[in-house]
Amino acid sequence: MSNSLLTPEICAQIDKWIAKYPVDQKQSAVMGALTIAQDANGGWLTQQWMDEVADYLEMPKIAVYEVATFYSMYEHKPVGKHKICVCTNISCLLRGSEEIVEHLEKRLGIKMGETTPDNKFTLKEVECLAACCGAPMFQIGKDYHENLTPEKVDDILNRLE
Amino acid sequence: MITIEIDGKSCQAESGQMLIDVADAAGIDIPRFCYHKKLSVAASCRMCLVDVEKAPKPLPACATPVMNGMVVRTRSDKARAAQKAVMEFLLINHPLDCPICDQGGECELQDIAVGYGSDVARFQELKRIVPDKNLGSLISTEMTRCIHCTRCVRFSAEIAGVREMGATGRGENMRIGTYIENTIDSELSGNMVDVCPVGALTSKPFRFTARAWELQQRDSVSPHDAVGANLHFHVRRNQVMRAVPKENEAVNEVWLADRDRYSYLALQADDRLTAPMIKKDGVWQTVEWETALKFAVKSLHDVSCQHTSAQLGALASSTSTLEELYLLQKLMRGMNCQNIDHRVRQADFSDQDVAPLFPYLGQSLSDLEQLDTALIIGSNLRKEQPLINQRLRKATLADRGLISEHVKANMMAINPADYDFNYPLKAKITDPSLIKALASVAKALGADIQAESCENGQLIAETLKNGQNKTLLIGQFVQNHQQASVLKSLISTIGKLSGSKIGYLAESGNAAGAHLMGVLPHRGVSGKAIENKGLNAQQMLTEGLKGYLLLGLEPELDSRFGATALETLKKAQCVVSLTAFKTPAMLEYATVLLPIALFPETSGTYINGEGRWQAFNGAVSPAGEARPAWKVLRVLANLLQVDGFEYASTDDIRSEIGSFHLETPIADNSQCNPLPNTFEIPTSNELQRITEMPIYAVDAMIRRAGALQKTTDAQKSTGIVLNAQQFAHLQGHDKIDVSQNGQTFELTFRLEETVPQNCALMFGGQMLGNWDGFLTVGES
Ligand code: SF4
Ligand code: FES
Ligand code: FES
Repeated sequence: MSNSLLTPEICAQIDKWIAKYPVDQKQSAVMGALTIAQDANGGWLTQQWMDEVADYLEMPKIAVYEVATFYSMYEHKPVGKHKICVCTNISCLLRGSEEIVEHLEKRLGIKMGETTPDNKFTLKEVECLAACCGAPMFQIGKDYHENLTPEKVDDILNRLE
Repeated sequence: MITIEIDGKSCQAESGQMLIDVADAAGIDIPRFCYHKKLSVAASCRMCLVDVEKAPKPLPACATPVMNGMVVRTRSDKARAAQKAVMEFLLINHPLDCPICDQGGECELQDIAVGYGSDVARFQELKRIVPDKNLGSLISTEMTRCIHCTRCVRFSAEIAGVREMGATGRGENMRIGTYIENTIDSELSGNMVDVCPVGALTSKPFRFTARAWELQQRDSVSPHDAVGANLHFHVRRNQVMRAVPKENEAVNEVWLADRDRYSYLALQADDRLTAPMIKKDGVWQTVEWETALKFAVKSLHDVSCQHTSAQLGALASSTSTLEELYLLQKLMRGMNCQNIDHRVRQADFSDQDVAPLFPYLGQSLSDLEQLDTALIIGSNLRKEQPLINQRLRKATLADRGLISEHVKANMMAINPADYDFNYPLKAKITDPSLIKALASVAKALGADIQAESCENGQLIAETLKNGQNKTLLIGQFVQNHQQASVLKSLISTIGKLSGSKIGYLAESGNAAGAHLMGVLPHRGVSGKAIENKGLNAQQMLTEGLKGYLLLGLEPELDSRFGATALETLKKAQCVVSLTAFKTPAMLEYATVLLPIALFPETSGTYINGEGRWQAFNGAVSPAGEARPAWKVLRVLANLLQVDGFEYASTDDIRSEIGSFHLETPIADNSQCNPLPNTFEIPTSNELQRITEMPIYAVDAMIRRAGALQKTTDAQKSTGIVLNAQQFAHLQGHDKIDVSQNGQTFELTFRLEETVPQNCALMFGGQMLGNWDGFLTVGES
């Protein structure tokens, strides 16, 4: 076994989530903990990270795998620095998400689900992110970008490091 | 009680009961996949949709509590349409190739599809494919067939108590499995094959060897632990193809331990003895029964003539049937010999005259579920008695496996190593001698003894005192301990002072029978005291006799004396072994090998730990020339001119045994030697050896069940286990030298926190020195 990935700082962050729930229901913090783990690992989860979260929350490992594979915000393969989650669900589709996807793929030279060779961008197709009023939309990091047009997309990407 | 109407039939029900249970009780069939009466309700498959009056839409019968006056139709157009639609969706991704599926012919999906499905598929698109997993040596997978009922997931969380299976991914990408490559290591894992309604999880040893409709079902009883699980053997052309549970709520409910399920594999073991053999002038030869029997009789006769019959001894396996054990002791006693025993793992016999009549569980198996407090003493219970442990788990946890799971009973353990339990323990003491721990509990309860008190001892005493329905369970480490009598006195005292029942965990499915039949040197049938006591197993196996009669036993592996037993037997003038197998060791020490039937091949009776008599018939005929041991013993007795052996069947023997009126035997488990005031605990600066008889080595059949031997549990029961901190410096070595009493073995080792400092855990069922004592280890 290599040394624990959960440093005291990471544990302290997870503890904040644990504190939000009844004392005997530590496992309620699993989603928060996985997000912290994923951020600490550069945007994706490994089995070791999931196992350590399981041990820390005293839950069966398989139960953590279930959560981590159910929700689409958890990644199980390396991703680029900026993960662009493009909504292609019904409202966005009706408002032209296809054009956005096409534009992104062309500009970045990769297909949905792929990462640019310089590891800067990953494209990901996602379901409704509950921002239908601003369709079409995508999410980068923690930010939502709505009412997208190809020009607006270029503008957003140009401003990213 | 309320009344509801299902399909025009009026049914009585408890309010709040699920509709499907009420329908089942009334014999009304509602199709289902995810529902299982022993598991929590998932209500995920929707196959059980029925039409309930006043409900706008069909309701799932497995998750609909009944209400007074409810009117239910399971076959109305509305119900039918719903069922048909669900069926169609379930079959979208399921392969329609039943002829090449192992489950074909006994598949719930196939049956229900015939009853409720449509005759043509409308689905034109591609079906999904799911890669198979390697779950170990017992379960095969074909995950493309999985219908996501989650029965196996719920089984592993709720019953097996180790959450090994799960549902990862979602929607079309949802998959049932372990996610990472992982074997299923539960001792109850085979039950997943039973709960899986389709051919996704099947039995690896059985897979593709027979079709359900070719099999005949024969009932039997498993002898490998105190439960005596009821099972069905499935037989084709006189061969046992598999074993499945036979439902008996009072005994095994609907489950089997893997040990019960896969022991049949030993029937076909490579070293099966299929013809009698004798050793003449040092050379083994296969002979006719008549020759072998005469040879055996002559050699036994020679011993008693040249010496006395006190130079003979009989040792039996306690997995033998009641009838066999009865005849064995009757034969020996007919020859005026009292050297009879089956307690080959016991070390301390000093309380045998006062010991309880038989190793009685002290309560019924189902009573265990009602306990609110239990102290497990000297047992790796999960592995020693898998289904008893399952009952205790039920007693301990409400809503098992669910988020609302909570503890409702106080379980505690005193063990030589820190064994894993699949339910929370309120308190535990890990102490290799066990004496100190028990003494501290007894002292805390007010016993007048000299003992150190300890915090956990206090807590255990307190908890026992406060419990209502409570028991102390005595496992193999106590029963086989060098100071077992002292331990039992302490336990009896604790029982008395705390008002707890005492229960023995019998080492096998007929240990009770062996006691009651008087396969003991000091007691006859029904426990009648014998005046001229014979030698016990330890004396017979270490001091040496001229002649031995062995019944289903491999003393070198079954007993605690291993190599010593082997040496002792080798020196004997004659060893007549009634055995189903032939081993190199046996060929060294035996003079006659008489092939006998294994339990699936013979009729007989077993008495389980709760004193329950369970009779069974043979499922197949014995291998080759083998004969049921009772017949062999009968002929031996006839030839030895011992009277009273005119039995035509096991029924005849049973009715003779019946005259002793032991059908509901009572044992007083508090009986023991007087409690000493001070305790001697052997100490040494060497490592104290702790020996566990591991789950897959307990008897000759289990040791030969190939699939069980490949499990993680079996692989882990080899070599030596040492304390991780104390022996950290050994890390990196493959093997170490272990010395005990001047003998040295080279062994593989593992380092674990569970073994206390200054101790070494080793495993029985091998020829590696005697079971206890002290040893040293060094780099090899
Ligand atoms: S493997 Fe069998 S039991 Fe498990 S979810 Fe799939 S169909 Fe159900
Ligand atoms: S459909 Fe795209 S945000 Fe809802
Ligand atoms: S059996 Fe009722 S929903 Fe599955």
